[in-house]
Amino acid sequence: MANPLRPEVVRLYKNLLYLGREYPKGGDYFRDRLRAAFTKNKWVQEPEQIRALIARGQFVARELEALYYLRKYRAMKKRYYEE
Amino acid sequence: MSGRVLVGVKRVIDYAVKIRVKPDNSGIVTDGVKHSMNPFCEIAVEEAVKMKEKKLIKEVVAVSCGPQQSQETIRTALAMGADRGIHVEVSGKDYETLGPLQVSKIMAALAKKEDAQLIILGKQAIDDDCNQTGQMTAALLDWPQGTFASEVSLEGDKIKVVREIDGGLETIKINTPAVLTADLRLNTPRYATLPNIMKAKKKKIANVKPADLGVDLTSRLEVLRVDEPPQRQAGMKVETVEDLVGKLKESGKV
Repeated sequence: MANPLRPEVVRLYKNLLYLGREYPKGGDYFRDRLRAAFTKNKWVQEPEQIRALIARGQFVARELEALYYLRKYRAMKKRYYEE
Repeated sequence: MSGRVLVGVKRVIDYAVKIRVKPDNSGIVTDGVKHSMNPFCEIAVEEAVKMKEKKLIKEVVAVSCGPQQSQETIRTALAMGADRGIHVEVSGKDYETLGPLQVSKIMAALAKKEDAQLIILGKQAIDDDCNQTGQMTAALLDWPQGTFASEVSLEGDKIKVVREIDGGLETIKINTPAVLTADLRLNTPRYATLPNIMKAKKKKIANVKPADLGVDLTSRLEVLRVDEPPQRQAGMKVETVEDLVGKLKESGKV
């Protein structure tokens, strides 16, 4: 029987995969690690535990967005502003 | 007051890509290179979307001039929260000579057609670094301009703009309708997430030809040649102080 949280997990995976395409070390590097992280928790059944893992994944997504923003901001600052 | 804001978004080569000059010095290599939205345009979009979220304005319209692929850039703006897009189709020879003057003519014509209350642009694009489009648009429309904005607040029918100028900040108050150009510190642009990009596919992008707007795209500029910046000279090691002084004298530094 499919877990009711399954769509949410799949959405998280897709979202992270999309974010990972811009990863500084390359999309392939990120995808391998992403797959490993999801495979590791493949057999988790407890809904509570799954929710905690989804929250962790969403945290990683936010961190990635912040990383990309900072990287761009620093590049612009270095190029156009002398201080 | 229409409560409509036009935001200009430009498709440029991604900031992280190493730029290569064509062997014949006629331009840069753009084929098969990753493109994305100009970072300063992202800041402009974010500012307009924030205004809409605060209910200060009613509609955010993203405009881009360029070939078919410019629609991807408009999609990104729509995913960030713009309501609809206008794609001004310019391709081939016209796109190669498309400069700030031509774009500002298009923006001015669109502002009149759409009855815009405000135009927000990035202060400059990271490809040609012109920093002229906002100023020219304001001049063509005879509207006030708030350039290099690092803080914007709407106060009734006036706008307070804090501008980044050499060695400090300048605060001005201008009437609407007006043209604003975004500086780097204006805000933190949000990321166009995958679900939002999917949702943005439902939003409408109107296709417009420059001729429909009555804009003449002939350019008065001619690019003579494009060169790479000079390579940094390698340094060297010296053994003694005398050596150092000698080398410095040789190069005329002391």
